[in-house]
Amino acid sequence: MAQYKMHLLVCGGTGCRASQSEQIVENLKSEIKNLGLENDAQVVTTGCFGFCEKGPIVKIIPDNTFYTQVKPEDCAEIVTEHVLKGRKVNRLLYEDPETLKHIEDSKHMGFYQKQLRIALRNCGFIDPENIDEYIARDGYAAIGKIITEMTPEAAIDIMKKSGLRGRGGGGFPTGLKWEIASKNKADQKYVVCNADEGDPGAFMDRSILEGDPHSVIEAMAICGYCIGATKGIVYIRAEYPLAIKRLKVAARQARAYGLLGEKILGTDFDFDIELRYGAGAFVCGEETALIHSMEGHRGEPTVKPPFPAEKGYLGKPTNVNNVETFANVPAIFLKGAEWFASIGTEKSKGTKVFALAGKINNVGLIEVPMGITLREVIFEIGGGIKDGKKFKAVQTGGPSGGCLTEKHLDTPIDFDNLIAAGSMMGSGGMIVMDEDDCMVSVAKFYLEFTVEESCGKCAPCRIGNKRLHEILEKICGGKGVEEDIEYLKNLSRVIKDTSLCGLGQTSPNPVLSTIEHFYDEYLAHVKERICPAGSCKALKLYTIISDKCTGCTACVRACPVDAITGEKRQPHVIDADKCIRCGACYDKCKFTAIHVQ
Amino acid sequence: MEKFTIKIDNTEVEVSKGTTIYQAAKQIGIDIPVLCYLNLEHLNIESRPGGCRICVVEVEGRRNLAPSCSTECTPGMVVNTHNMRVMNARKTVLELILSDHPKECLTCSSSGQCDLQHLSQVMGIREIHAVENAEMSTYRKDVSPALKRDMDKCIMCRRCETICNDVQTVGALSAVNRGFMSVVAPAFEQDLIDSPCTFCGQCVAVCPTGALTPYDDTAKVLRALADPSKTVIVQTAPAVRAALGEEFGLEPGTLVTGKMVAALRSLGFDKIFDTDFAADLTIMEEGAELLGRISKFLAGDKDVKLPILTSCCPAWVNFFEEYYPCMLDIPSTARSPQQMFGSIAKNYYAELMGVKREDLVVVSVMPCLAKKYECAREEFSTNGNPDVDFSISTRELASLIKSCNINFDLLPDEDFDNPLGESTGAGVIFGVTGGVIEAAVRTAYELFTGKKLDKIDFKELRGLEGIRMASIDFNGTMIHIGIAHQLGNARKLLDGIRSGMYNFHAIEIMACPGGCIGGAGQPLHHGNSKVIKARSEAIYREDSQKTIRKSHENPYIVKLYEEYLGHPMSEKAHHLLHTHYFEKNKK
Repeated sequence: MAQYKMHLLVCGGTGCRASQSEQIVENLKSEIKNLGLENDAQVVTTGCFGFCEKGPIVKIIPDNTFYTQVKPEDCAEIVTEHVLKGRKVNRLLYEDPETLKHIEDSKHMGFYQKQLRIALRNCGFIDPENIDEYIARDGYAAIGKIITEMTPEAAIDIMKKSGLRGRGGGGFPTGLKWEIASKNKADQKYVVCNADEGDPGAFMDRSILEGDPHSVIEAMAICGYCIGATKGIVYIRAEYPLAIKRLKVAARQARAYGLLGEKILGTDFDFDIELRYGAGAFVCGEETALIHSMEGHRGEPTVKPPFPAEKGYLGKPTNVNNVETFANVPAIFLKGAEWFASIGTEKSKGTKVFALAGKINNVGLIEVPMGITLREVIFEIGGGIKDGKKFKAVQTGGPSGGCLTEKHLDTPIDFDNLIAAGSMMGSGGMIVMDEDDCMVSVAKFYLEFTVEESCGKCAPCRIGNKRLHEILEKICGGKGVEEDIEYLKNLSRVIKDTSLCGLGQTSPNPVLSTIEHFYDEYLAHVKERICPAGSCKALKLYTIISDKCTGCTACVRACPVDAITGEKRQPHVIDADKCIRCGACYDKCKFTAIHVQ
Repeated sequence: MEKFTIKIDNTEVEVSKGTTIYQAAKQIGIDIPVLCYLNLEHLNIESRPGGCRICVVEVEGRRNLAPSCSTECTPGMVVNTHNMRVMNARKTVLELILSDHPKECLTCSSSGQCDLQHLSQVMGIREIHAVENAEMSTYRKDVSPALKRDMDKCIMCRRCETICNDVQTVGALSAVNRGFMSVVAPAFEQDLIDSPCTFCGQCVAVCPTGALTPYDDTAKVLRALADPSKTVIVQTAPAVRAALGEEFGLEPGTLVTGKMVAALRSLGFDKIFDTDFAADLTIMEEGAELLGRISKFLAGDKDVKLPILTSCCPAWVNFFEEYYPCMLDIPSTARSPQQMFGSIAKNYYAELMGVKREDLVVVSVMPCLAKKYECAREEFSTNGNPDVDFSISTRELASLIKSCNINFDLLPDEDFDNPLGESTGAGVIFGVTGGVIEAAVRTAYELFTGKKLDKIDFKELRGLEGIRMASIDFNGTMIHIGIAHQLGNARKLLDGIRSGMYNFHAIEIMACPGGCIGGAGQPLHHGNSKVIKARSEAIYREDSQKTIRKSHENPYIVKLYEEYLGHPMSEKAHHLLHTHYFEKNKK
């Protein structure tokens, strides 16, 4: 095997591929060939680096040079300068937004400094389509050790001691879940990997499957051994074609190596996986709905108990874990439960992957130890708020999480603290809002999503969320009254209290948390009829400052509804009743004579 | 069985493992309101999807409220069914449901029988707190010849889905769309007529609101009665007399044959005839067909199609046309009694009375909704004039009687008219599962063996189990009989025949639980098996009280063959009393 001096790692995640990373790989390879450097440097397509804000990423090891926003035409320069002559291409290096200095390697980038990568340990490091690279990183060592040296009980014990909790949203202790499934006797059991990632903006599961599919396969096999299942199913969104492809490649390679299939590693343990595709319904992330969908039924939840561990897929005991949970498992067995349990807070062990999005400088995927504060995540890893604006709130836990504010910035992030603060961990979405975001509109936005994604089975979620959305629309439309806020609160509580599944039990969170933390903003909408953030269109009042108006009539011509009148060269006026708040006059006026309230 | 104690509203109750909170509460007289919950005791089916969330209760130590219908008790559980939290939640959820429900109670055909209306009354709903101009989920209306779908009124209880899929295995209805626009509909939101629907109507019988209702022709019947140029005659199915009284507050199982005849006469029908007469006629034809096939079979004919399947039930006919198109040559070709009656009325009787076919209006009163579809089938009309003009249900007859100011209680007992009103006990038992085959056996036995029956009752063919089997000794020849009611059981039986598991000479199938007595046009029994049992007993009582109990002994039937039809299976009989079946999708 060739000993390369240099490895050029190119992100092959969905995001960077959309910005031509495949072409970058091609160009790098041909440049290397042109210069006859094939024996010195190797180009590797890897999974996601997480720093999606600045993709496509090309990382060069061993020196950890981190090139950002690389274009296919930059490749010649990278190869001739960096690979051949050993000089870094400065203009492609990440520039620190504060010091404006180029940072030479990723280890000194704020984005990576506070991260601790366990689930993402191989993402952006190995070629996900090459099993040897996974094995070189101790891949499949855990399953080998477990099935040859350990009883299922002992392995479950390690899982329990590690303190790993489900990363899909609920935070149920994984070891305990396995133990319950292992104790239910049946002729057939199933291990299901929930890869139906549905939170808007969240893509940790996709990135793991694209960047490190073997770790999930290995973990599913470990789970199969522990609970006594020989069949594994990955329920994955059909919209994840790359993840599907890499998973299939990985499974094929694992089978060829005897790591999946019958008599794994010569033992009596049989295990194999198959894929099922989801049609992208958010509710199918709920485990009972997911199972119904896999069975070919309508994707809707059923009352628990019975839990899947007792009566799941095809009525058999089934253990459902999500991708990120599984990705942690091999690492736990390799490094030990004590090591894993030493990371994090008292009740939330290990790390958590978050998808940073919204008004934040470093949009991307990060993995941090539990217990880190929101401030560290947003201001250190995330690089602070875009365009120097003021931080207003952060929505954690996806569409049904809650909005947290300034006062929560120093709260250590873990499952219980987030719930106590009126939000939740969810699958790890983290959307940052700045001073321009109206919190009523934010709540309305999330409700739009849950209204769309409610399966319709239970009345409070089906009709209640719709009504919440209607009231929020009414408030944003300038027609709200104070009683509406009280009604929102009561309705939200009832929906949470009575809904059948996790979707309805959490969907009012954005409403309740914004009312709690931004009550004044709601009041301003319904009492003074103004939107303090200036984002609700219907609450904008356009007036003409007569002192500044020259009567040029530009605004009259711009107005699509003839709401502006006035004599030439005389100050004009806007008829507020006719005005549709489109802002056309504001854009046209050269004399800043249009005032927007 | 493991037993333990729980506490509901401060009262201790001992329950066995598996008991739900709802059931436990019932044991101590606490009636937790339910809406989507469906308990069809007569079918042993309890559907608890936990979708409406009306039955929520507080369970101490649980974060959220629990649906009592689908939450099983655990030892030491402490439940509160009516504290402020629960009451507020329940009321808010009900208001939500009402906020998406048309407020048409005054004109809704389910008014007075609507579970949602009843619940609003019980919960004292006086206003609905929701947004002004709150959006309603609305859907295209679907009107078929048998039933109407007004899904604006659907509350997604999914009861119809349970009946259609789990009980009847028809698979015409399931939830479609998502969220606020979720609704129960045929696949691709087809019209029912294009779906696999058999029009058994059992979905109508369990719908808690006016979303699924019968197609109602009573207004047309009234118009015909008022038209002096028309002769309007009526036929009443056997099951009607065993249930009609319930609509007037009489005990289930009260036979009201005489009062029913008097009421129909008082409504203005020119002649009151009996479908039981046509049932006797059916036995003559179907019995002859059965004997013909059996004789051939016994003579060694390998091509003869056995078992013969009864064909009286129109939902069953629709079912096998849809799902067993390869078996279309197995059922008897005999038309159902309703259609035999219509054919005889519009031909023989019209001739006899010197009335033109067009001026004779035949109305049927049926326990069934599929009969509405059946009489609209093209093959049962001549030049566009149907043999049976209108089919109305038992419930619709009751409302007709009420609307015409007739005091049912005070009516005298009156007799059917002749010649199409005379019937035997064999005709009466057509109304209950096992009855058609028993009637056929009574006649077939005597014709086959040439001997008189010592014992007319064949108790081995009776009962309410879903699938029954019996062998009858025809003087040394054993005749094997299968019986199924509910289409799900019919499917099991048919699949068993197809796979060679069963060997029968004859099979009787009725689509509705209990047979016609449990039809979807009957007074609603809400799954109460006592009601079904009482109706069944009433039918057998009527049979046992008859002096003539074998179809071939009905003097008017004998006369009809002598004067008009010749003999069973004659060419004329074939033309007027038999039919053929179509592969449904190719019709």
